[in-house]
Amino acid sequence: MLPSFSYVRPETVKDTVKHASARGAALHAGGTDLIGCLREGIMDVDKVVSLSALADLYGIRETADDGLTIGALATITEVAENPLVRNKYPGLAQGASEVASPQLRNQGTLGGNLCQKPRCWYYRGEFHCLRKGGDMCYALAGEHQFHAVFGHDRICVITHPSDTAPVLAALGAKLRVAGPDGGKTIAVENLHVPPRDNVLTETVLGPGEVITRIDLPRPAANLKSSYRKVRARRSWDFALAGVALALEMDGDRVENSRVFLSGAAPIPWRSRSVENVIRGRRLDDKTIAEARAAIVENADPLPGNTYKLELFKGVIEEELSAMGRPE
Amino acid sequence: MGSDDQGNNDVGRSGFTRRGFIQIMGTGAVSASLAGAAIAARSKPVPPEKVMDAENTVKISLHVNGAQHAVLVESRWTLLYVLREAFGMTGTKEGCSRGECGACTVLIDGIPRYACMTLAVEAEGRRITTLEGLMSGEQLGPVQNAFLEEDAYQCGYCTPGQIMAVEGLLRKNPTPSLDEIRIGVSGNLCRCGAYTHIFRAAQKAADLKKR
Ligand SMILES: Cc1cc2nc3c(=O)[nH]c(=O)nc-3n(C[C@H](O)[C@H](O)[C@H](O)COP(=O)(O)OP(=O)(O)OC[C@H]3O[C@@H](n4cnc5c(N)ncnc54)[C@H](O)[C@@H]3O)c2cc1C
Ligand code: SF4
Ligand code: FES
Ligand code: FES
Repeated sequence: MLPSFSYVRPETVKDTVKHASARGAALHAGGTDLIGCLREGIMDVDKVVSLSALADLYGIRETADDGLTIGALATITEVAENPLVRNKYPGLAQGASEVASPQLRNQGTLGGNLCQKPRCWYYRGEFHCLRKGGDMCYALAGEHQFHAVFGHDRICVITHPSDTAPVLAALGAKLRVAGPDGGKTIAVENLHVPPRDNVLTETVLGPGEVITRIDLPRPAANLKSSYRKVRARRSWDFALAGVALALEMDGDRVENSRVFLSGAAPIPWRSRSVENVIRGRRLDDKTIAEARAAIVENADPLPGNTYKLELFKGVIEEELSAMGRPE
Repeated sequence: MGSDDQGNNDVGRSGFTRRGFIQIMGTGAVSASLAGAAIAARSKPVPPEKVMDAENTVKISLHVNGAQHAVLVESRWTLLYVLREAFGMTGTKEGCSRGECGACTVLIDGIPRYACMTLAVEAEGRRITTLEGLMSGEQLGPVQNAFLEEDAYQCGYCTPGQIMAVEGLLRKNPTPSLDEIRIGVSGNLCRCGAYTHIFRAAQKAADLKKR
């Protein structure tokens, strides 16, 4: 049985913000992460604020300037299967189709996927670790084979669990956020908080702030996007290593690139070293060999997860080779 | 994507292998789910406003297997709990209660979901279908018959969930390929390892449904 909580399902964003601003309130989108967190006692919640009566948060539409706007309540399945997403941003469709299991994709939402809690087994278990307000990271000294190799600063070594966040970040997506101080826009690449800034939170969203829509800019005519994920089993599993690419090509040369990694760091991890290697270059064997080396530059692997470096090298090689092949 | 766990297994030139890890390069799922693309655009029914206090029960109405059921629920009760404990519909099983095994799979508006991760109050106003709803009177439905004919179970604990996942898959995609079937039941674990029989049952069910 879940711990008890009051429940409210407002019909306006304004009421939602008001309810969600209260201490101990938590937003409920699809509930696939929230219910688990409540059951495991990770979050202290006395009021659940359901988003499901908010008509504005549904639907996937093209915008006037040829971009796309995705409601925060669009399910992962809807994102994966939507023809506009598949045509304009195939990387996002790939990312969404790699999330969890069919049932969870049918229920989980894009907004919830971006805001989900980490999957570290100590955190999900009974350990009062640093991220839960305790005084140590158990994974650092303990079992961490699925944990981070970048950006953890040896403070908290979670990997961010989302498969959609790295692609959205690579594509330059922006979140529309409603909150107590009115509306604002946050780039997906700025949503997540590294442990060195604050180990107690995963996102920059404050109390009462609600993602209403996820907006994607008009894709450049020469945009190619992809997402590739390596996992330990064929049925559902989180990423061991993943690469999201958004490349703008000039013929067979990379004009612009944005590269984000999953399974890598406590936040979707931007690999500027790979971006720097491939910019302005053809994706030939030499460039790809340099990208293989670049992707693990500045990595800080732990004793139990150095294997991830080889995975990242392999994935970037395969993905860049696929991108470089003429269609 | 290869058709078994060895499929498409090496990562670039690195030749990485590690005992205990089967690396799956995920590329197959997107094209495999193309058949469902038309469904994705549907608009959702938006439920009405609601307020519930903690620890009080409130009357809600759930639409299960074609009939409306009024029931007193607490906000924290899951759909799984209400189906089993309030309605006595024990065809829906409780396994992990954390979204990992699929034993609790039901259809909500025709789409498979986990009842253990769904608050009962969130299912208000939606059409819920459970294993019991696939029967017509005392007759088993086509998916149930297919599981029986193909011996697609050992202990049978995962079977109701598997059947609901296949039912949901076939409603969306009446002629799934083997890969689409694998993806369709990938959210349903079978500890007895009856997978090959389950895949065969799903193919059989597709045939039975066409008749
Ligand atoms: C067994 C299992 C396997 C999984 N595997 C994967 C995987 O491989 N890849 C992956 O990416 N994910 C995976 N997940 C996570 C899953 O995808 C997420 O649980 C889901 O996407 C969350 O969406 P939701 O709508 O259910 O969120 P909810 O559970 O409703 O919410 C999650 C969090 O986000 C907050 N929130 C929700 N919506 C908003 C909003 N609009 N604005 C602000 N805050 C909001 C909530 O308050 C809550 O804290 C897995 C989950 C499980 C249980
Ligand atoms: S990795 Fe982070 S969440 Fe896991 S034990 Fe360490 S501090 Fe806690
Ligand atoms: S009981 Fe619901 S997924 Fe296991
Ligand atoms: S038949 Fe026993 S768990 Fe599947």
